[in-house]
Amino acid sequence: MLHLVLRRVLWSLPSLGIVSALTFVLASLTPGDAARVVLGTNTDPAAYDRLRDELGLDQPLWSQYGSWLTGAVRGDLGSSLFTREPVADILGSRLGVTLSLIVGATLLAAAVGVTLGLVGAVRGGVVGRVTDALAMLGMAVPGFWLGLLLILVFATQLGWFPATGLTPFAEDPAGWLRSYTLPVLTLATGGIAVIAKQTRGAVLDAMSTEYVRALRANGVPDRRIVLRHCLKNAAIPVTTVVGLVMIGLLGGTILVEQVFALPGLGQLAVSATLSHDLPVLVGVVTVYTLIVLLSNLVTDIGYGWLSPRMEAAR
Amino acid sequence: MSSLVEVEDLTVVYGGRRRGTGSRGLSSVSLDVRAGETLGLVGESGSGKTTLGRALLGLVPVTSGTVRFDGEDITHAHRRRRRALSQRIQVVFQNPYLSLNPQRSIVQSVAETLTARSDVGREESRARSIVMLERVGIPAEAADRYPGSFSGGQRQRIAIARALVPEPDLVICDEAVSALDLSIQAQVLNLLVELQDELGLAYLFITHDLAVVRHLCHRVAVLRHGELVESGSTDSVCTSPSHPYTRTLMSSAPVADPRERTRRIAVST
Amino acid sequence: MTEHLAAVPPAAPRRRSRLWLRVLRRPAGAVAAAWLLLVTGAALLADRVAPYGPLAQDLRSSYALPGRDHLLGTDQLGRDILSRVVHGGQVSLLAVAQAVVVFVAIGLALGLLAGYQGGRTDRVVMRICDIALAIPLVVTLLIVLAIFSRNETAAMLTFGSLASAGLVRVVRAATMSVRRDDYVLAAEVAGLRSSQVVVRHVLPRVMPPVVVQASVLACSALLVESGLNYLGLGVQPPTPSWGGLVSEASAAITTHPWLLVPSGGVIVLSALAFGVLGDVVRDVSADRSATAASSWRRLRTAARRTGAVSTGSRSADDAVIEVRGLRVTAGDVSLVEDVDLVVAPGEIVGVVGESGCGKTLTLSSVLRLLPPGLELAADGLTVAGQDVLALSERDCTRLRGASVAFVPQEPVAGLDPVMTVRSQLREVVRVHDGCGRAEADRRVRELLEQVRLPEPDRVLASYPHELSGGMAQRVAIARALAGRPRVLLADEPTTALDVTVQAEILQLLGDLRSETGLAIVIVTHDWGVVAELCDRAVVMYAGRVVEQGPVVDLFERPQHHYTQALLGANPAGARFRETLPSIPGRVPAPGERPEGCAFADRCRFRQDDCTAVPVHLLGPEERKVRCLHPVSGEDPSSTDREECVDVVAR
Repeated sequence: MLHLVLRRVLWSLPSLGIVSALTFVLASLTPGDAARVVLGTNTDPAAYDRLRDELGLDQPLWSQYGSWLTGAVRGDLGSSLFTREPVADILGSRLGVTLSLIVGATLLAAAVGVTLGLVGAVRGGVVGRVTDALAMLGMAVPGFWLGLLLILVFATQLGWFPATGLTPFAEDPAGWLRSYTLPVLTLATGGIAVIAKQTRGAVLDAMSTEYVRALRANGVPDRRIVLRHCLKNAAIPVTTVVGLVMIGLLGGTILVEQVFALPGLGQLAVSATLSHDLPVLVGVVTVYTLIVLLSNLVTDIGYGWLSPRMEAAR
Repeated sequence: MSSLVEVEDLTVVYGGRRRGTGSRGLSSVSLDVRAGETLGLVGESGSGKTTLGRALLGLVPVTSGTVRFDGEDITHAHRRRRRALSQRIQVVFQNPYLSLNPQRSIVQSVAETLTARSDVGREESRARSIVMLERVGIPAEAADRYPGSFSGGQRQRIAIARALVPEPDLVICDEAVSALDLSIQAQVLNLLVELQDELGLAYLFITHDLAVVRHLCHRVAVLRHGELVESGSTDSVCTSPSHPYTRTLMSSAPVADPRERTRRIAVST
Repeated sequence: MTEHLAAVPPAAPRRRSRLWLRVLRRPAGAVAAAWLLLVTGAALLADRVAPYGPLAQDLRSSYALPGRDHLLGTDQLGRDILSRVVHGGQVSLLAVAQAVVVFVAIGLALGLLAGYQGGRTDRVVMRICDIALAIPLVVTLLIVLAIFSRNETAAMLTFGSLASAGLVRVVRAATMSVRRDDYVLAAEVAGLRSSQVVVRHVLPRVMPPVVVQASVLACSALLVESGLNYLGLGVQPPTPSWGGLVSEASAAITTHPWLLVPSGGVIVLSALAFGVLGDVVRDVSADRSATAASSWRRLRTAARRTGAVSTGSRSADDAVIEVRGLRVTAGDVSLVEDVDLVVAPGEIVGVVGESGCGKTLTLSSVLRLLPPGLELAADGLTVAGQDVLALSERDCTRLRGASVAFVPQEPVAGLDPVMTVRSQLREVVRVHDGCGRAEADRRVRELLEQVRLPEPDRVLASYPHELSGGMAQRVAIARALAGRPRVLLADEPTTALDVTVQAEILQLLGDLRSETGLAIVIVTHDWGVVAELCDRAVVMYAGRVVEQGPVVDLFERPQHHYTQALLGANPAGARFRETLPSIPGRVPAPGERPEGCAFADRCRFRQDDCTAVPVHLLGPEERKVRCLHPVSGEDPSSTDREECVDVVAR
């Protein structure tokens, strides 16, 4: 198992390096340069030159990347072009919010999705068809619109949850939970749909195998077959899809944080885009890439634990 | 008289990016196929018999050893040479349901083997294909139908027509009758014998079924774990095998004669 | 299992209709396609279709609800929502099209390349995909938009390119699986160039999953694009875009919530249409297996009793299995009919026939475990003295394994791939004995000894894929014996095994019978197996039993012409390269079986009365034949007239 983890981590490092390099290069393609962006059109040549020097824009691109990289390894991701705050600090203060959203939504999506999918596979009939229809709908609804709808109904009309903003945990744990409820629900909807669909398909696949037929023929009770054999065999494709959902949620948080005004990385990314604050954006991309790679690692570990065949095939 | 196909010390190693970690498909196998005869290639799973067929067709890369066809070394023949060779070496595969593209009509599939020839036009290809289809018992009116309309036995006959249309010297039958019912198998075996007698072609008949080997093949080679264990005329190998593995093989095959069993029981009691 | 449901071949040349036609025939597909056509058409012809200009303001009717003048209402500035939605479609649908085109182009090209070439090309492409998939999608789009302000095209092209890594994987997998198919290999051997092989044979097989993935991408592209416009990063107001309309609606959410409906509604409906299309394409292009279950509930087999048990026949009171008048139907089509099967204790009976004759269905019927959609009816179905037709589903489960057990055809696939042999055997033992773990382990060892498995410790710790065919089949037999059954049903248990291993398993089965008095019913197409192992054999043809009797008698004096022809077709008995007697014609498909003798039009000895009336299985219990003019020349209807009458009266 440890061997597996180490291998995964080793293979991830080049990915991380390449992604950050690509982003850096992309960022440097801004028409005009970062100094112009900060100072705008009204500039005094001297101030402009000073800023260029400060930002190291005279250096060749690879050298700029190099210094960024060495800084990054030490934890220094540069500074915001506008507020001059260290990027790392800005990210750190907002990481918790985004991570809570992602983890919460993934867990909810997995729990509800697997249950719905399993029920659909076992019961079939009306329940199965309804599950299918809901799954289709869940995947077609845009998160930001759903969020607005939920705010309209549950916050504005019914007043059960706050419409926007985040109550810090330290201040009021119940309030913290309430302020996360609608955002997590919004985020999880698409995930529930995808996971339910995949689970139902995978369980049905397992049900039509030769070994399930043999088990039934030899008198093993139905419930045991479904819960022990079918579910376990369905676990692998379901794990794959849970991993993909988690990665997909990264994009979702950007919109959800905007709708619910939550101080997370997503909201940061949007404001940085609007103000062309590239060091911040590069920082956000790096963190997101890290999350993606971590998610892949966890999924791989899940595989190794679930499937002896995949372990043997490595 | 030199043989049509001469295989010498053929070795095929699968996989293994690092040397020595691959699994041996074939180890130093040498045999030959003479013009106009049927050589049976017998073995259990993992024996390498399918690998040998594929190596002859160039579908599998050869690690070491040589394959000669009509005197020419074709072991590592490049794509263009292979395309030309396709007129002389053809193949019939095992599964009649997978060997024809379901979205092309049967005459299109049969004519495919002539496509590589630049000197044969479309009209002529079609005409020759229809003649061959008739020869294997598929009427000309059915030429434009799709494989889905035909039974397993008929499809296998269509596959044979496809193999024979370029008038090859050698046809590799890779378990060509193994997936067929007994009565259909009989029809296809009859057809294969007829065509061989009429056209003088050679067959490399890959199979695990000893009864078919006894019935069809002039000579037989026995493979085990990628190695050649024994070869010779069918009569001598099947009736009086010299290698212990061959003996086990011959005695394991269930005999369709219940009196044999009573005899065995009587002997053992 | 699907052989008995093979379609009747059509007489006229008919080709499986084009994909898009099949999609449109499904109501869901037609509706989704219609909506998309409507929206696209409206967007393309926006200037002519929209009742007002998208920017035309009318401050007097600000925030109007839907009415005659404005079908979807108006916004704050009195602009008609319907017109803005129609014009907004231009922006959004164009963006989706851009993303999909790039997605498919890159995905197909790289996927085909990697899948077909393999080797180093494949490894390089896979590495690129790994990296592309590690790039967080939406944030990257933000960076692109930060650089190329308000350039939706740039963002969508980036989106399509990065997402195509997923399609590359799918196309690669599909290509690799098709690559090994016989007809692709045959095309290569035929001398076609690689490009010809790919275009003719690989591409058509790969297209359906590509269409499915493209639909899914269109759905996500639309959601992402509208999200970007919601954030104000795409086209700038006042140019309408669907996401922008939602953003405008959100500003008035507390006072005029209606605006959310048309703006979000069109996005939801269009995204839904893309998703539904993808689903329909997937359903339509998949191998339609009528026997696949759509839920666990549907796996239950209903059984019906038909008429009284015929009194004329000598019912063996101690028979382990007694089946009378079995009939299996799929809707109106009868797959198996008028089948009787009686197995005495300690007897080994072979059920022989060619594919589609119904032998496997007969076996499944004894277990009352038919594929979904099939119905079972019989005059009588008794196993170990219990009336299976009258049992509840739960009691049936109790019966299985304890009185009658099953060994499948595929040794390794018949075992759960993700559980060790030990846990699987332990499970079955505990189900039947209800004992503790230690006791179960002891019994498992006992079973492994009974099936003479070498190296029991190693095997117990292994997973099924680590076992050889022979070992796996022994494990399957051990599993079947766990409940101490009185009869074992084996469905072609040695067909998938090598000949040397086959001999060992047959020997084992014979020994189990001698040592424990176990009765065995073995389904096979191999006469050698029948000769080696069976005491009695039942020959089936076109869903009916045509002959049955002791094996020696069957081989030496076959009475039915089909049996005789089948035995004659065996190359084992023929001389070297002598023409084998073959049976002309074809087995009639399930829906085409005639009333009279099903074999008549292939039979050389047929006479006029053979096709005129239904032919019954006649003769003494031990030796029956369904033929009016059997080989021996004896008239089987001379005995058991009572049975005849009963049968007719049914």
